[in-house]
Amino acid sequence: MIVSPVILLLVGAVIGAAALGYVFRRAGRWLLLGLPLGAVAGGFGAILFVAPLGYCTFETEREQLDAIFGFLLVAAGIALVVLPISWVAGRLLRHESLVSTTSQPTQGTFKHWWIALPLLVPTLTILALFLYYPSAETLRLSTMLSRLGARREVSVCVDNFTRLVEDPEYLDIIGRTLYMSFFIVVLSMGLSLLIATMAYLPLRGASIYRILLVWPYAMSPAVAGIIFLLMFNPSGGMVNYLSGNWFGIKLGWLNDPKVAPWTIILASVWKSMGFNILFYIAGLQNVPKDLIEAGAIDGAGVVRRFWHIVWPLLSPTTFFLIVTNVTYAFFETYATIDYLTPGGGPLQSTTTMMYRVIQLGVYNNDMGKAAAQSIVLFMMVIGLTLVLFRTGGRQVTYGV
Amino acid sequence: MSSVSPTTIHGQAGVASRNRPLRTRLPKRWYAHLILIGACLLSGIPLFYALLVSTQTNAEVFRYQFTPGSGLLENWDVVFYERHLHTYMINSVIMTLGITIIKTIFSLLSGLAFVYFRFPGKWIVFGFVLITLMMPTEVLIIALFRFINDLEWQNTFLALIVPFTASATGTFLFRQHFASIPPELSEAAQLDGANPLQFLFRVLVPMSWNTIGALAVVQTIYAWNMYLWPNMIISDPSMQTIQVGIGTLRLGGGSLRFGPLMLAAVIVSLPPVIVFILLQKQFMSGFTLTRDK
Repeated sequence: MIVSPVILLLVGAVIGAAALGYVFRRAGRWLLLGLPLGAVAGGFGAILFVAPLGYCTFETEREQLDAIFGFLLVAAGIALVVLPISWVAGRLLRHESLVSTTSQPTQGTFKHWWIALPLLVPTLTILALFLYYPSAETLRLSTMLSRLGARREVSVCVDNFTRLVEDPEYLDIIGRTLYMSFFIVVLSMGLSLLIATMAYLPLRGASIYRILLVWPYAMSPAVAGIIFLLMFNPSGGMVNYLSGNWFGIKLGWLNDPKVAPWTIILASVWKSMGFNILFYIAGLQNVPKDLIEAGAIDGAGVVRRFWHIVWPLLSPTTFFLIVTNVTYAFFETYATIDYLTPGGGPLQSTTTMMYRVIQLGVYNNDMGKAAAQSIVLFMMVIGLTLVLFRTGGRQVTYGV
Repeated sequence: MSSVSPTTIHGQAGVASRNRPLRTRLPKRWYAHLILIGACLLSGIPLFYALLVSTQTNAEVFRYQFTPGSGLLENWDVVFYERHLHTYMINSVIMTLGITIIKTIFSLLSGLAFVYFRFPGKWIVFGFVLITLMMPTEVLIIALFRFINDLEWQNTFLALIVPFTASATGTFLFRQHFASIPPELSEAAQLDGANPLQFLFRVLVPMSWNTIGALAVVQTIYAWNMYLWPNMIISDPSMQTIQVGIGTLRLGGGSLRFGPLMLAAVIVSLPPVIVFILLQKQFMSGFTLTRDK
């Protein structure tokens, strides 16, 4: 297979020109500007990722998998450059403001605009140095065999990624991460919603209930791990003592590969419920009472009122909570795992993707592989958020 | 929906129950009380048991004694004299204050710039900040670790504080809040000859204590509970922070002693829990503001 940079450039240019040409044609103006702009953007996008790699994915001695990965990189590069440009161009052509107008007061701004620069410099510098630069570094490292200390770096093309596809252990880790995250998010949010529908009622002592319910939010994931270590450890743990006395059951909460993930799930649910209850109570308080009243007058029972009136109105809260809970389950559980099952659990049964990244990058000092797996993790989080945006963002919310 | 009618179903129920004479019947909505008491117990028992164990010796823990034990003083000695927990606590206090204060100031400044100035390319700068919301530190932590090692900042407060002092969340929080303040105020301030910084600290800050409080609570809890980053970048025990340092109580001295570990866990959890309970309202307003961008 012969893929030369020239062909890639041409293909990218054609796709870019077509995309921007379409945007400009719909706006009905400046088509002659749109076509070359799109061609340049598409061509640039096509080689954005593969040129720094030296087109190594398309070398003849490489496997087919590498070539496929190379084409994915080309497609991703084109999308990454052309889509934002089309969006911006579309808005500019329709004379829409790019920043939401509500926070753009026309009066009361200060005269000398350049004073804004020193005000922005601290934030922008920190973001550039400690977020943007490491992000770019992560991309570069992911194609390297790199170690800290010895300072030797060898480019390994996309091996850090393509080897993952053939690595059953890594696929296991992805499955485990999704399994644990799913139960953490669903159990925590489901129970929280149930409790919140009780706690938001104007009961006697409601404010005391609320404080007693939400405080675990302020606990750290590390302390959650320590307290569950006390309760669930196989020798001397209260849980096994009581379950042994009452039911004659003793589980290997920390050393049975089937049970250990559930200890992590329980600890994480316990810690994260406070946050979810707090936000569901707030969400429920925003549900207009007259709508529920109207439902009651129309003869809808408690379940139907909840399902047809309250639940749709809660969708912004639910959406926000899913995003924060998934982030929690993916990243913050690290400390809980590290205290409950140091080293990633029996047979690596509690090793999540994040835990793996740190094992590889910090303890095995294999920065390239760790960076590649960070990127996989990032793609999953972003993908999940985008899917949620598309499904959750469209739901009717009746203007609450 | 802004207008909620004052006489709502629940409102009426509340009034009715207050006017009702004392009765020995089950209270209204007893099922709700039942579920809530159950939930409170479930979330409270782990901490309550940890509190009990923090007063017990290991022998008492293994006897499953569910009353306060006799080891509190001994555990206290282990925590503070053998394992020097206060060193970790002081480090964590410095880190938390550093991150919270610097982040708040930086966010105030950038919020001011985004609302009270019109400059070319504003939307690009704004997008630059906006996109960082989608970049969790955890996914670039390997490269950050390398970068901090290159700067030779390991085992310093610089490594613990500086990377976390800029915040898209904080910037948006203040941008949102400032935008809701009538522009006449800044016109009046300019007529009086105030420069932007005077306007910020004399006019805006006194009007923003709620927002500042909101950001402060979120950041304090975030910084105090940080585990992964200090664990990676700090190897010198005298520079370690509390969430990692508490782990040293697990190791050494033969078998795991639960008493000191739980005492430390309880002590460590007190500051964020107290801050959170006291400033719960600000915390909520902070989050609800960031939600509707």
